[in-house]
Amino acid sequence: MTCDEAEIMLHALIDDELDAGHARDVEAHVAQCASCTAQLAAYRDLQHALRGGDLRHSAPVSLRRSIDRAVPSPVMTNRRTLLKGFAFGGLASAAAAASVALIVVRDDQDRRIVGEAISAHLRSLQADHLTDVLSTDQHTVKPWFNGRIDLAPPVIDLTARGFTLVGGRLDFIDGKPVAAIVYRRRVHIINLFVAQGMGSVLPAPKAESVQGFNIRRWTDQGLNLLAISDINPEELEEFGAKFEEASRAAHAG
Amino acid sequence: MAFEGGGDRGKAERFRSAALPYLDDVYTLARYLLRNAADAEDAAQECYLRAFRHFETFRGGPIKPWLLAILRNVCRAEYARRGALAGLLADGFEEAEQAADGLWTEGGQSPEAETLHRLDSETMQRLIRELPDTFREAVVLREINDLSYREIADVTGVPVGTVMSRLARGRALLRTAWLAEEKAS
Repeated sequence: MTCDEAEIMLHALIDDELDAGHARDVEAHVAQCASCTAQLAAYRDLQHALRGGDLRHSAPVSLRRSIDRAVPSPVMTNRRTLLKGFAFGGLASAAAAASVALIVVRDDQDRRIVGEAISAHLRSLQADHLTDVLSTDQHTVKPWFNGRIDLAPPVIDLTARGFTLVGGRLDFIDGKPVAAIVYRRRVHIINLFVAQGMGSVLPAPKAESVQGFNIRRWTDQGLNLLAISDINPEELEEFGAKFEEASRAAHAG
Repeated sequence: MAFEGGGDRGKAERFRSAALPYLDDVYTLARYLLRNAADAEDAAQECYLRAFRHFETFRGGPIKPWLLAILRNVCRAEYARRGALAGLLADGFEEAEQAADGLWTEGGQSPEAETLHRLDSETMQRLIRELPDTFREAVVLREINDLSYREIADVTGVPVGTVMSRLARGRALLRTAWLAEEKAS
């Protein structure tokens, strides 16, 4: 065994990762090599020192609680028990139950969609996941969706208004295929997800900030749109407003 | 943020008892990978969200490496977000490798066998945080998350041989930095 080989292997030795045969080989080399003896002692010493320190971090109680809360719990009031409670009342409360259930369901679905949009946005920022069709030309991006998804997403070039069209891709949110139209603002990426029935119908645009991302949702021509990015809320609002304005103009003309 | 509501309470309970005990491990790795407490909290939360969603795909065995692999993917997405696009990420890795090459030669060729002086935990944490990404990841998974080489290879998606050389480099860098810290203080 050469020193170069031993240099790597002695880490496996101190980590107890070698079988008896290899361990003997490394030890035999170390026994007749002063330099490797020194190395072995040095790394054992380092490991010892590291293990003597307090290097772990405890998850904050708030984090533990929010994860725990987010996992469905048997003692938590769920939709079914909520409905059952109402069902024992009169007709009026049955109607109330129905509307409450609707709100609860919608709310749940909207939260889930926002969560999945964040995941999809993050995924898209990893290498090679951003676009299936790479083009700054809306007349290339729009037809690409034909046959891939059951709707004609509005693909609008906003380059002249400060948001560069980068391309499009097919993504999945809430188990359904959605059109993702990708824009760039300086170095920031904006994903615009478009689908039918992706969350509730919103009478007015809704802006929110979740996990450090800004999100703007709105409804247009029976489609749900959700824009997500790490640009600041004002710029995302500007994006949404310009998109809506251009969309209206396209339909009017 | 809520997980998908509904049906399978049994799944939720199984997930809770299997995965929650490793929250400190997940959070610790996130702290070292992202070097920032707020981002680490978000990443750990996202990790558990994804883990719960895909819990059906977990095929038994130790769950800790499975969770840490998910966490690592979340963190890489965060790197990508920070770098805006993945190109910067690749550059970062190259720079780290080059920087490490220099130090490796320096620290590796003339080992100083002297015993390390004790440093306080905060200083040790800082020295680990300052390691280049790939080596920091290997060192933390081994020394702090206590994973085997095979598990580290699975989590990071590289062969065991690569894990060994990263660990060797990571430790060499850490020891060099440790000795420099002693001299400076």
